[in-house]
Amino acid sequence: MELKIGQRLRSQVCDTEVIVVRSGSVELTCGGAPVILHGQDPEAGLALVPGLDGGTQIGKRYTDERGVLEILVTKPGKGTLADGQNPLPLRESRELPASD
Amino acid sequence: MGVELLLEMAVSAHPDRVAVRDGRRELTYDELRRAAGDLAARLHAQGARSLAFVGVNSAVVPIALFGAALAGVPFTPLNYRLSADALDVLVGRLDAPLVLGDSDKLTALSLSDSVVEVVDTDTIGGPSAGSNWSPPETDDGAPVVMLFTSGTTAAPKGVLLRHHQLMAYILQTVEFDAGAGETSLVSLPPYHVAGVGAVLSNIYSGRCLSYLADFSAQVWLDRVRSERVTSAMVVPTMLARVVDSLDGEPADVPSLRFLAYGGARMPLPVLEAAVAAFPDTGFTNAYGLTETSSTIAVLSPDDHRDAMSSDDPLVRQRLGSAGRFVPGVEGQIRGPDRSLLGPGEIGALWVRGPQVSGDYAETGSVLDEDGWFATRDDAWLDAGGYLFIAGRTDDTIIRGGENIAPDEVEQTVITHPDVADVAVFGTPDTQWGERTVACIVLRSDAVCTEADIREWARTRARSSRTPDVVRFVDNLPYSPTGKLLRRELKGTIGGAEDRTAAS
Repeated sequence: MELKIGQRLRSQVCDTEVIVVRSGSVELTCGGAPVILHGQDPEAGLALVPGLDGGTQIGKRYTDERGVLEILVTKPGKGTLADGQNPLPLRESRELPASD
Repeated sequence: MGVELLLEMAVSAHPDRVAVRDGRRELTYDELRRAAGDLAARLHAQGARSLAFVGVNSAVVPIALFGAALAGVPFTPLNYRLSADALDVLVGRLDAPLVLGDSDKLTALSLSDSVVEVVDTDTIGGPSAGSNWSPPETDDGAPVVMLFTSGTTAAPKGVLLRHHQLMAYILQTVEFDAGAGETSLVSLPPYHVAGVGAVLSNIYSGRCLSYLADFSAQVWLDRVRSERVTSAMVVPTMLARVVDSLDGEPADVPSLRFLAYGGARMPLPVLEAAVAAFPDTGFTNAYGLTETSSTIAVLSPDDHRDAMSSDDPLVRQRLGSAGRFVPGVEGQIRGPDRSLLGPGEIGALWVRGPQVSGDYAETGSVLDEDGWFATRDDAWLDAGGYLFIAGRTDDTIIRGGENIAPDEVEQTVITHPDVADVAVFGTPDTQWGERTVACIVLRSDAVCTEADIREWARTRARSSRTPDVVRFVDNLPYSPTGKLLRRELKGTIGGAEDRTAAS
């Protein structure tokens, strides 16, 4: 799926919420289930998939294998962010100095 | 969801950390959110469609910004130094505003019929009224801030900054939660885009915003020491006054790790004196415009250190640069026909990126079809991508068919040991089209003459970069936000008609 900058998404199986900081294209899942738009309701009967329950941390950024996509966790939860079944790598924080 | 998400995230991570203080009030992150929620409920109840702010720096600034964001109305901080008449005209241009202001500012205003309510800042920031209005989800394409340009040449224009643009700025350039014990001293006024940037970036970083209502060098230094301030932003005129007040002594501010400057040209001698006075502080030059949601290029502390310690003149000159573009921002230098120019060539600076607005309340977007914004600054890039700002395109002097940036002449003249400050402008000349006039403030014990200055410039720069006319003045006019008022100076000094341009 195409993820567009500014888009807000949420997990269907945990509390995780994210915002897209840099556009990219992955099959974004959290806790094993596809993420949905922030305002949408989760599908009934879904549950956190074992092995994809590593959890997310507020303020952390994730990227894809090519390092193009960037998503930011705005609310933490128990699921793992993944491209399909493959956990997304954490993106190193880039320390820009405070400028205002 | 818009910029209020930045505050929500901070509250969820550290609700009891101090978010803001101003000498009178102190609010935790949780209290700041509640105060913003109360103001949002009031804006909603009054049917306000905008929030005007007429006040000095205080803890009310972040309450107002987030309150407006939650209520879905634009926050418009006004320049409280304007005359009451000028303020009334600006308030009259707003859509059904609630006017929030300091009592001494409010009493001078007539306030039009469109104003839905007037609120004194003294009544804001106390214990929460516990409003139970839950705002609807914000439209991230809606304007959250409108800032009026200074309007030195025409009526002020309202620059619209939308939620998604300010969010792009923060999320591309700032990391979440820098940890406890961080304090940022804010001395730029709330109506400056850096005042808006300061609220958003420091709240997202989890710092305490410490507000200074009236800048003076001594109060600023006292505050840095007493509150163990860790970062601050100043305009060049503020830094010059701090350095002057130290009189060669070190600043003695061990807590201050980062000092950012921007908003106007920084004279190199001031920067060098500041680096000497603040040996343990990392300096950052931030370049940006209101229309670009604040900072678009940064010269980092490492860049400063590399430039100062380098023997390579190309690296050394970067001390005078605006650094490199921040993530997400692209820049181009274009010639008069809009063709791309290469490294080292001076031309018009165009920028593009998700934080760039270029959108005005009255006239709409001025971005070109590919999303590029003309900054109206002349600039050039070096081979390493470092950006050098030559000045406003409108200020460029055309002398004998050659384009001269006033900055080029100023940077040479200011290195003369007798010169405290200098401003250069062009004035009509029958032979050359324009001649260059340098207005110079001498140091108190200086004895140098016009001929000395011209000789100094001639031996250090091309002859066309030597001022044709030198005028000695007592001081130069600056705005409170550190911008040289070149037009005002030109008006008072005039064309120096009694001189003829040197050939």
